[in-house]
Amino acid sequence: MLSYILKRIGFMVPMLVGITIICFAVMHLAPGSPTDLQTQMNPRASAELKERLRAMYDLDKPLHVQYGLWVQRLLVMDLGKSFATDRRPVADKIMERLPITIILNILSMLLILAVAIPLGVLSAVHQDSWFDRAVSVFVFVGFAIPTFWLALLLMIFFGVDLGWLPISGIRSLNHEYLAPGAAFWDLVKHLILPVGISAFGGLAGLSRYMRANMLEVIRQDYIMTARAKGLSEFQVVYNHALRNALLPVITILGLSIPGLIGGSVIFETIFAIPGMGQLFYMSVMARDYPTIMGILFIGAILTLMGNLIADVAYAVADPRIRTA
Amino acid sequence: MFSELWKRFLRNRMAVAGGAIVLFLFAVSLLAPWLSPHDPLAIDLKKILAPPSIEHWCGTDQLGRDVLSRMIWGAGISLKVGFVATGIAVIIGALLGALAGYYGGWWDAVIMRFVDMMLCFPTFFLILAVIAFLDPSIWNIMIIIGATGWMGITRLVRADFMSLKERDFVMAARVLGAGDARIIFRHILPNAMTSILVAATLGVAGAILTESALSFLGIGVQPPTPSWGNILTAGKDNIDIAWWLSLYPGLAILITVLGYNLLGEGIRDALDPRLRGGR
Repeated sequence: MLSYILKRIGFMVPMLVGITIICFAVMHLAPGSPTDLQTQMNPRASAELKERLRAMYDLDKPLHVQYGLWVQRLLVMDLGKSFATDRRPVADKIMERLPITIILNILSMLLILAVAIPLGVLSAVHQDSWFDRAVSVFVFVGFAIPTFWLALLLMIFFGVDLGWLPISGIRSLNHEYLAPGAAFWDLVKHLILPVGISAFGGLAGLSRYMRANMLEVIRQDYIMTARAKGLSEFQVVYNHALRNALLPVITILGLSIPGLIGGSVIFETIFAIPGMGQLFYMSVMARDYPTIMGILFIGAILTLMGNLIADVAYAVADPRIRTA
Repeated sequence: MFSELWKRFLRNRMAVAGGAIVLFLFAVSLLAPWLSPHDPLAIDLKKILAPPSIEHWCGTDQLGRDVLSRMIWGAGISLKVGFVATGIAVIIGALLGALAGYYGGWWDAVIMRFVDMMLCFPTFFLILAVIAFLDPSIWNIMIIIGATGWMGITRLVRADFMSLKERDFVMAARVLGAGDARIIFRHILPNAMTSILVAATLGVAGAILTESALSFLGIGVQPPTPSWGNILTAGKDNIDIAWWLSLYPGLAILITVLGYNLLGEGIRDALDPRLRGGR
């Protein structure tokens, strides 16, 4: 097991190098170097700002030296200083917001699992029933619905018309004065819409995948064996078939990480949640390049780590992977 | 062969509905100058945020412009972005996939590792980062969406090429003296076209969704050019007073994307009924 994990981590090294090269390319392949752009697009760009960019990215040195110096700083998590008025280190700005984004994404992943797996399994077990058809209509709409629009509609309905749920932030203004229980409930109320909606996007894909998986597993020989030895239908479905149909879900979850993280830009912006996605959006609007590059890099690292965790989890769950 | 496919496609009611939606949208965007009841750019400060009425079926926006007219013109924008972005993705994806699948070896290793690296980035992050460096003009948006959305097609085309290159007709072409380029473009690529077509149809839907999200965030199609996404921005700004700004444009996006998805899956099912239901 340990050797498998080490092997997987070994595979990550070239990926990591590739990620830094792509980040570096994004920074430089854009027409004109960052310094040129600053002066062209922003009439207020001062000579001082230009100088700061030049110093930060060592733009007066040859490309490979620039890249080397940049990677050296990355290794010690030095992502530079933000161009925003606070001029704080980018790494600090990201780190204080990262936990919120990660927690929200984990919550919505749990919600996706809790809803999509039963939906997929039930529609496979009752193939072509009215339930199956309803789920497939739901899946099609789920694939097509712009989630930010769904967010708007639900904000109008639950937030404005009914006034049941708050529509921005993660806490009420008076949260400091609330009792612990009430404060928790306050947090939950703020999270219902963002988590629910970001989960909605992933629901359709996973439940459809789960259904297809289950249909395939149910046709296998060992299921027939289980039936033949007289097990109840419930035991056949939930003890024998479900276990094997669940395995690939781990991989799918791993693959859905970049989408979830990318989506956090939209949700955090709409719901004014102070996470990494919102910081990214604000940095793009303010052309705060060091922060943009920092978040782009961290986003890729998160994906890489998510994939690693998924692969290891798969190996834990399925011995065939480890020995292969 | 083709008429058989056509029959199978027509028997799939969902696919036909998808095709009808797509055709309808083409018609709307071509006929926009005649269909739209008002000038989509005409500002009328006396009618700011008017709710839907006989004169303005979908109400007016924060500058008194007719929302229905802006949605009709926005249909063309969405279509343009969807097709150009997908075209770019298909060209990059098919080319790289063909090289990787046909030559194998180093080509394959390098291209596929590059695909893996690109897939590490949340696509939306990559798009936003590039936009921060460029102007958010409609052309840049199309190029960026295309340039960050080709990886799936590369994988698909590579798999097709890997199996097709072993077939007898490729061997026959080679024996007849056809060069690599001729074999790739004249013999194998046409056979991989069907799966590319399905991926492209679904890709248009994805590109339209991405464009609308970008425009909604204010970094896509810029006002005053109407787009479904940027009408929704106004919807969010006036969320407590003007529901019509939020409801209708989103419905248009939903129906459009649904149309392309149904059409794409319909084509796939017609081509290969065994794949039904998988994705």
